[in-house]
Amino acid sequence: MATLTLGKALNEGLRKALENDPKVLIMGEDVGALGGVFRVTDGLAKDFGEDRVIDTPLAESGIIGTAVGLAIRGFRPVCEIQFDGFVFPAFDQIVTQVAHMHYRSSGNVRLPITIRIPYGGGIGAVEHHSESPEAYFAHTAGLKVVTCANPVDAYWMIQQTVACDDPVVFFEPKRRYWDKSEVDTDAAPAGLWSARVARAGTDATLITYGPSVRTCLEAAAAAAEEGREIEVVDLRALSPVDWDTVFASVRKTGHAIVVAEAPVFVSLAAEIAARVTEHCFYSLESPVLRVGGFSIPYPASRLEEDYLPDLDRVLDAVDRAIAF
Amino acid sequence: MTEASRNPREYALLPQPSEGPEFVQLLTPEGERVEHADYSLDISDDEIKDLYRDLVLVRRIDAEGTALQRQGQLGLWASLLGQEAAQVGAGRALTDKDFAFPTYREHGVAYCKGVDPVTLLGLFRGVSQGGWDPAEHGFGLYTIVIGSQTLHATGYAMGIQRDGGDAAAIAFFGDGATSQGDVNEAFVWAASFNAPIVFFCQNNQWAISEPVARQTRIALYHRAEGFGFPGVQVDGNDVLAVLAVTRAALARAREGSGPSLIEAYTYRMAPHTTSDDPTRYRLAADLETWKLKDPIERVKAYLSRNGIADAAFFADVEAAADELAAHVREGCIGLPNPEPLSMFDHVYAGGSPLLDEERGQLGSFLSSFEDEPALLDSPAGAVSR
Repeated sequence: MATLTLGKALNEGLRKALENDPKVLIMGEDVGALGGVFRVTDGLAKDFGEDRVIDTPLAESGIIGTAVGLAIRGFRPVCEIQFDGFVFPAFDQIVTQVAHMHYRSSGNVRLPITIRIPYGGGIGAVEHHSESPEAYFAHTAGLKVVTCANPVDAYWMIQQTVACDDPVVFFEPKRRYWDKSEVDTDAAPAGLWSARVARAGTDATLITYGPSVRTCLEAAAAAAEEGREIEVVDLRALSPVDWDTVFASVRKTGHAIVVAEAPVFVSLAAEIAARVTEHCFYSLESPVLRVGGFSIPYPASRLEEDYLPDLDRVLDAVDRAIAF
Repeated sequence: MTEASRNPREYALLPQPSEGPEFVQLLTPEGERVEHADYSLDISDDEIKDLYRDLVLVRRIDAEGTALQRQGQLGLWASLLGQEAAQVGAGRALTDKDFAFPTYREHGVAYCKGVDPVTLLGLFRGVSQGGWDPAEHGFGLYTIVIGSQTLHATGYAMGIQRDGGDAAAIAFFGDGATSQGDVNEAFVWAASFNAPIVFFCQNNQWAISEPVARQTRIALYHRAEGFGFPGVQVDGNDVLAVLAVTRAALARAREGSGPSLIEAYTYRMAPHTTSDDPTRYRLAADLETWKLKDPIERVKAYLSRNGIADAAFFADVEAAADELAAHVREGCIGLPNPEPLSMFDHVYAGGSPLLDEERGQLGSFLSSFEDEPALLDSPAGAVSR
């Protein structure tokens, strides 16, 4: 057991991935000597060389487009997009090329590409550094999408993602990079595509992922002081979703609240609400509620505490659901 | 914008191929072999005859594609008419180890790389999205988003650098693509990493309706210099010159000297695709000018005038073209429609429970009609299917 921050756990996971498969490459802006702006690739260029940990020109479409070619040549690229809001220059390559290649080739071409994206707000940043664009990618057939919420999942899920033969967008909760926990580096606790019941409860279900998992756990702890037992489901995989775990929880509690930072309109939370309604209709005692960002561009950082779902907004939604 | 500036004739400022020493030509439109200071080609008469055969067969594949579209057998066809020498010259310069990344018009390169033209037609017929195995042929999937494949080729070349292969990548694209960000990023990356790649631009003068002067105010091959690698302009209708410059560029890439740009100066004699109407934007007189530079006629003139090939040879090539055309027609018409549930295949290498669910739903829905043959046979039933 080692105590690691989430960022360091990713770093150790990437190190393992590089050690385990000589075809694994890391590429991105400032990932080499600097170790990435969040130091997630710290020390990797020094230990694995500049041919495997590649500082790229500042061109996101180039990062993804060349990763496609490297994958066709038999490599397994792990691309870092420096911040969520910078993925859009690469959006065309991701959506029209990465997502389509296996289908276009009738299964002849595999693109085992990992696209790492630090996402979400709460770090007091300027524009384009706090967004939650996961719905765009979950909406795109041909991509898989995952996100970690704690150091254990960071360490294992990044390795499982790199080993996956499909292209995967790996969202990293940037304001949780410094969260610490013990990490068992001997055995993975779960597969990549399973959701996790992060806290068991009976009175309502919070369905959440990424940076909002901690928020929901804190809300559940506060609710427990008032005698309410809230279950928290950490999705982990955003596409495909482990529906069985979600539905089992909602059928038990009868109340579902989806919590995420992204604007709720046409969001992953919207899809979850629709699916839960369709599959758990006779178990629900209240409509599925969503707590998330508002329908505005991510606001200036002095406003983000009012924008992001926090403990109070989550508990307010729990109250509304149970009182329905 | 003035009326005059909307007229393509305004673009008489089009960068023209230099008549000077930089423009590489080894066989004139009249069929005369000429020398070039920087590029020579050691080639036998038989090899030139083989190139002639390639050119004729590729043109025939293309003609069949257009005809099959007109007969309703293809939804669309993107003709390469006029660009045969650019594609055969480049295609025949490649070794089995070299990897080509095409647009959607590289039927001639596909032919050189051994892809069955019927497979290509499957894409335009709508029975697949491509479907050939790029690794088997060293020929990537057709790429419809303009310029995307230049980055794939650059990445592939970076892979060659890392696994030590004696190979090069070649990226095909058109004059329109040179305005795309991806192409310019590919140039930056290839230069930065000194990647073993050849950028092969077929400047066919038209990006659908837009003349090349809408994309550039300098000759395209000059772009390379700004990125830090050499560019060369070649007569794209001269198969010998294209073969020579592409061989040289590939050799340069393989020996570790980095990328280069070839501008094959040619002309799109056909519409952009079968859906296009070029009479709306260009003059028929331009076609007459370019017919005089036909890539096949000049080789035929050379072979005939020098007594290298006789009537029997040309008849034999025509017979081979007829045979290939029959194969293309029969193969295309015989391509079966895919089964409905096959649409769910190959989205992921590792599958997806969501797709399993949707496949099951559509399968159940379709099979619910099995007990209603009368409905299925009716026009209304056919529509609802």
